[in-house]
Amino acid sequence: MTQTALRLDDITCTFPARGGSAYCAVANASLAVGEGEFVSLVGPTGCGKSTLLNVAAGLLTPSAGSVEVFGAALTGMNDQAGYLFQSDALFPWRTARENVMLGLELRGTPKRRAGQKADAWLERVHLAGHGDKYPHELSGGMRKRVALAQTLILDPKILLMDEPFSALDVQTRSLMENELLELWSQDRKSVVFVTHDLEEAISLSDRVVVLSAGPASHPVGEFPINLSRPRDVSEVRLTPQFLDLHRTIWDALKVEVQKTHAKESA
Amino acid sequence: MTGFRWISLFQVLLLLALFAIWHILTRTEILPPFFFGEPLVVLEVIWEWFSGGRIYKHLAVTLIETILAFVIGTVAGLVVGLWLALSKTASQLLDPYIKAFNSMPRVILAPIFAVWFGLGIWSKVLLGVTLVFFIVFFSVYHGVREVNPVLVANARMLGASKRQLLRYVYVPSATAWVFSSLHAAVGMAFVGAVIGEYLGSAKGVGYLILQAEGVFDINTVFAGVLVLTVCALVLDRIVTIAERHLLRWRPGQMGSQS
Repeated sequence: MTQTALRLDDITCTFPARGGSAYCAVANASLAVGEGEFVSLVGPTGCGKSTLLNVAAGLLTPSAGSVEVFGAALTGMNDQAGYLFQSDALFPWRTARENVMLGLELRGTPKRRAGQKADAWLERVHLAGHGDKYPHELSGGMRKRVALAQTLILDPKILLMDEPFSALDVQTRSLMENELLELWSQDRKSVVFVTHDLEEAISLSDRVVVLSAGPASHPVGEFPINLSRPRDVSEVRLTPQFLDLHRTIWDALKVEVQKTHAKESA
Repeated sequence: MTGFRWISLFQVLLLLALFAIWHILTRTEILPPFFFGEPLVVLEVIWEWFSGGRIYKHLAVTLIETILAFVIGTVAGLVVGLWLALSKTASQLLDPYIKAFNSMPRVILAPIFAVWFGLGIWSKVLLGVTLVFFIVFFSVYHGVREVNPVLVANARMLGASKRQLLRYVYVPSATAWVFSSLHAAVGMAFVGAVIGEYLGSAKGVGYLILQAEGVFDINTVFAGVLVLTVCALVLDRIVTIAERHLLRWRPGQMGSQS
């Protein structure tokens, strides 16, 4: 029995909305992620996937419910977690190397050592020789790699990812997904991966959690993914097991997507 | 690169053409030289100022006032801008006062500053500071409020404390906004210094202009204005160079002007 790395218990998040009413993004959502487990959250757009991730990160305090990180109640920021954002979150005034070493710098690591570690990480994400470039001089895929190195250099036990590859083109995307799996297989962090792309979710994860349509979103289904590892994300998509899983999960997801769609067109 | 050279050439030609037109119009007395001056005499006055050495102490005073006003006003604008942008209570409390001071015609304060701080440089510096401060303050204030929230969240996830957020996120973001305002601020620092001198002083280019006006010596007035304009252009150029160096991380910044 592996330890639980992250436990969200009965989380509800309400935001004040216009006209004095309140918008309830997430209601009574519970989720547990085991140590070394790769879990994906899928759901229709606007279903509060990012809200749950922000709660897990400690960036957002839930209106009700509790968060536990390795058995300890979370107050404030979750310092066991790294966060990969959907949009570009690199600091544009820092070079790639300076971006990667920022976390170490904030912790007071001497600059020389932080720089050496950053170089090693740039090499691991195949960006050796690009350290002195500024983010705007790098391609979208390279920026994502820098962001990945920036997060992983701090060796977080939990990795939170919010549709990190959604802005990339298809080829770069499957390349990045494979690289992510390879990095992950080296030291098996717990991962919570938010996406609206079911194929991406299945090909990466150990478990896929389907969230209901918002508002008041919560998990409505959990599907273990027992595809063998190591996987190649583009090859695994052609296997019959993958197609079976896809059909089963899509049946559950479709209901929620249709609900959202009906609400939007109403 | 060649296009850039051609433009510079035409810019100089345009300047010469304007001087030529001015010269012809006043020489043929279509425009009375008494009111409009004569470019050749203006240049002669400038030449005499520099070769005779009479201008240096006045120019030095004006430049010192300008640079002091510029530096003090910019630093104050940056600090107060950051403070008010990050402290909601302070900004709510001070908001009406900021608006009032900004909409006040502050040049009118010059005589008051002269009474408070005497006829030396400090009354001029202070006038310049009140002009520079608000330009920088408003751009920093709005700049900080538009800092990308994802960057703040990312820095927090990477372990930044509140103080570190200021140093690693807000100040670098604000720098870009400060520079966009510094070009206007240089001009305003000059305005403060010269107006201050104009209203009461014993030194400075503004004082030279005032004296010349007193005896209807239009050529000397134009000479003073010309010298000040060139100085302002040089200071603006220095700001541009600093900007290019400090903001080299910005897309399109590199080589965009060369």
